[in-house]
Amino acid sequence: MAASQFPIEAGHVMMFARAIGDFNPVYFDADLARESDVGGIIAPPTFVQASAQYDPDYPLRPQLGIPWFGSGSTPSGRAPITDSDANAQGPGQGQSGGTGLHAEQHYEFHRPVRAGEVLTLTQRPGKSWEKQGRRGGLLHFRETIIEYRGEDGELAVTARGVGVRTEQTVKN
Amino acid sequence: MTLKASGLSVGVSHSAVVVENLTRTQIVQYAGASGDYNPLHTDEVFATQIAGYPSVFAHGMLTMGLTGKMLTDYVGDCRLTRFGGRFTSQVWPGDTLTSTATVTAIRAENGVSLVDFDVVTENQSGDAVFSGSATARLD
Repeated sequence: MAASQFPIEAGHVMMFARAIGDFNPVYFDADLARESDVGGIIAPPTFVQASAQYDPDYPLRPQLGIPWFGSGSTPSGRAPITDSDANAQGPGQGQSGGTGLHAEQHYEFHRPVRAGEVLTLTQRPGKSWEKQGRRGGLLHFRETIIEYRGEDGELAVTARGVGVRTEQTVKN
Repeated sequence: MTLKASGLSVGVSHSAVVVENLTRTQIVQYAGASGDYNPLHTDEVFATQIAGYPSVFAHGMLTMGLTGKMLTDYVGDCRLTRFGGRFTSQVWPGDTLTSTATVTAIRAENGVSLVDFDVVTENQSGDAVFSGSATARLD
């Protein structure tokens, strides 16, 4: 499941912009952004990916009562997540252990995403296919489409992600 | 300076270094902001001893975010109508990435000027790590 709602918070936008090394003031300076052409703090193009923060069951974040699969006293706390997580938001990232990777991501931007608004998400599966890989054995591809809509119900962003599951560790 | 469609022609390209010597800390920063804490990206012990990789590696979406910075710096804020691509190779700590947008078409749709770009991000060895395209609405 994806998040159902994604509140666009200015502090979150600022942290995300910092993480991608983007110091454009329209992502953090409210006064400057208000007086600029864009009229207020906007989100960088790929920011909608951070809606994973609002997915209650997101498997790539430690969850209450579920042992995490990263290192602690041992290199791995538990077995990698199973294939049933493959439809998790952040397509193809729903698996671990070197088998699930993000293969493609495509966005259509219908309008800017602005700090202070709340987007509503709907997710649906797209195509799935298989391919023989050069580096990682048989590759299983799966597409996920997430629509982000504003409070008026109109589309803000359409995201189409493709996840790939490999049968072995991908070697460059 | 606002980029104008009239100042562009097919084949024109723009490049920018979007990260130099990528740090594990920046990858962790991206994990925190995006919410994707996959230990493949954040946990060297897990990535090497359990998953069998030489080190942690960047989220594909970090590479795409870095690439997007080149695009928005070039075309301006709120100008992109489309941006997408494939993650073609992994990005490792220490990598330096350069993103390039090359004009492939300039067209008008309902009186609006749209410019299509090929978009590629390469590492310091010249290997493409992200390969895609984008469209911007320009004046």
